[in-house]
Amino acid sequence: MSIQKEIKWKRLPLSTNYAVAYAVKDLDVDVVAAYPITPQTTVVEKISEFIANGELDAEMIHVESEHSALSATVGASAAGARAFTATASQGLELMHEILHIASGLRMPVVMSVATRALSAPISIWNDYSDLMNARDASWVTLIVASAQEAYDTIVQAYKIAESPDVMLPVMVAYDGYIMSHTYEPVLVPEDPSIVLEFAPKNYNRLRLDPDRPMTFGTIANPDWYYEFKYQQVVAMKNAYRKAIEVDKEFGKVFGRSYGILETCCLDDADVVVLTYGGLYGTFLEAIRKMRENGVKVGAARLRLWRPFPAEDVVRELGGAKMLVVVDRAISYGAQISGPVAMEVMNAFYGDPDAPSIMSVVVGIGQRTVTSYTVREIVDYAFRVLERGRVPRETLYWGVRGVKYE
Amino acid sequence: MIVLPRYEIRWHGRGGQGAVTASMVLAMAAIYEGKYAQAFPEFGAERRGAPVKAYTRIDDEPIRTREPILHPDIVVVLDPSLPKKLYLEGVKDTTVFVVNTKKSAREFASMLEVPVDRVYTVDAFKIALDILKVPIVNTAMVGALVGVVPIVSIESVKKAVLNTFSGKLGQVNVMAVERAYQEIRGIAKEVSA
Amino acid sequence: MAEEKLPAWNELPPGAVVIEPGNMAERYTGDWRVFRPVINQEKCIRCLLCWVYCPDDAFSIVEEPYVTQKGRKYKFSLKIDYNHCKGCGICVEECPVKAIDFVEEVK
Repeated sequence: MSIQKEIKWKRLPLSTNYAVAYAVKDLDVDVVAAYPITPQTTVVEKISEFIANGELDAEMIHVESEHSALSATVGASAAGARAFTATASQGLELMHEILHIASGLRMPVVMSVATRALSAPISIWNDYSDLMNARDASWVTLIVASAQEAYDTIVQAYKIAESPDVMLPVMVAYDGYIMSHTYEPVLVPEDPSIVLEFAPKNYNRLRLDPDRPMTFGTIANPDWYYEFKYQQVVAMKNAYRKAIEVDKEFGKVFGRSYGILETCCLDDADVVVLTYGGLYGTFLEAIRKMRENGVKVGAARLRLWRPFPAEDVVRELGGAKMLVVVDRAISYGAQISGPVAMEVMNAFYGDPDAPSIMSVVVGIGQRTVTSYTVREIVDYAFRVLERGRVPRETLYWGVRGVKYE
Repeated sequence: MIVLPRYEIRWHGRGGQGAVTASMVLAMAAIYEGKYAQAFPEFGAERRGAPVKAYTRIDDEPIRTREPILHPDIVVVLDPSLPKKLYLEGVKDTTVFVVNTKKSAREFASMLEVPVDRVYTVDAFKIALDILKVPIVNTAMVGALVGVVPIVSIESVKKAVLNTFSGKLGQVNVMAVERAYQEIRGIAKEVSA
Repeated sequence: MAEEKLPAWNELPPGAVVIEPGNMAERYTGDWRVFRPVINQEKCIRCLLCWVYCPDDAFSIVEEPYVTQKGRKYKFSLKIDYNHCKGCGICVEECPVKAIDFVEEVK
């Protein structure tokens, strides 16, 4: 607490992309390898500017694809560097192979993802299809809701990634455009040394060193492979504890913490809406207004996506009569096709007191979501609650030609 | 003077006129004053000449919503040739219009069919051509806006302009802000002047 | 094959990193051999191509001077480590003077 008072802040108007770049600078990242793709590009543009101005002493590796970008990042990390990359959409898809290599090699790299819809048809606009496709790659994944939170979470991400009982890569995601290009006030410490003090570089790890040769990227026979994958399972469990712990510690030093599940107005709420990313703000403000009008509705935001905080979801949201999980990605062909909705149902499976759970998809390809949309969805949830028949399929809210009565 | 808990401003221009930068400059000025603000464009495949929308929200409290501004308190029109249905969408009975046009507030108000006391006009193209030598009216229109509704001080706007445009470009844009701030005219202004 | 006790998940370094370099020396692959390469020191011209090509590092250069019947003097000889040579025959194939014979193992 005492440190908190000593920090002098600069209050800067920054986009979320720029906030990420500032965090990378303040964390004294050693190597950045990236390939431009909208809406991520301004992250690495800003980092390049910092390097050119001498504000950050880092190696910027220009590569010919995202596959190479993450490969170079992994290589740098293997050599012991604090490494960073950023991407979106097709870029994340092209990285997919290396996502698994980064986590399998246990490289503590951090990547920001300005989430964006996937081709085809081409969409440069936001949804979370790209991020959700990377779900099973053994990356710790945090989804943030403001530029300030993006700065703070990149700082937390390195501390989580580099902690000896985790040693996994971390993704920090936010809405492409809706957040990546929105300017907001962000508090940045005037003296960034506090950031490095909070998240010092971990050089005490297995790395490529000519003085102590080691082999990275080995083959593992059927006799050996499974054990290494189980190590990742355990590391993910550790990451859950670590994410909570680091956020709390961050709060003590910097005066801001977020938890892994943000909630509002849960007391006596019959319907609780759970969502993630920038969309939460729109839901939150609309739901607060509905509360003022006596509607018993609450809101929740999932901040930690992988590892999934199942216990927290059950404990915090289990009191509602109905949980509406609002996703911005589709898992095609699934009965319940909202990725987070699936996970929430899984968390409550077998619980006799579980609330009814309704899966809703919105905002695909940045289809506009307004306070009206929020009210419509909440009203519909109350009607469903009254009728007592919860849809067994995901609702695709806002598609022309589809109506839910 | 209009005092609101939250100001929602919608900017209408064409690609290349700087509506997005204008929305940012205003938000920056508010942030310098310790307020909370948000500036974001209506994202499209940006092309020069295509109609463009941008938004600024300003509040004393943190802003969480990220919905586009559907019912603006203030509409700023950077280009008088835009079809009026674009910027009349979702306006309220109280919405104030700040318009770049050679027309008077009275003439423009009757064209929009809104009460004259809600319309303010300035010939920002002339200001931009005189000072900047290019028809980019964004900074002038920020000056015009704070001349009508003092959401932020003109000093903060100037600071934001100087932090957005470096060197000489910053200086001339500050001149454009100042001149539009002086020249913006409406019924209310005429009466008080 | 005798039952080997393999390490549990928490006894292994993370990421399947091999911490000790050169640990193939600990693994004997000599019993895989069906044919055995044998160096004919008379024919061998000490070009070291076998030493380069051997995938198992089974060739070593030893300081054993050798004089051929025709009187050619060499300061060193090549020796095969039969604990690690798995009998792939690459050296036999690559030897430019056919100085390595490939003889069937009699076990």
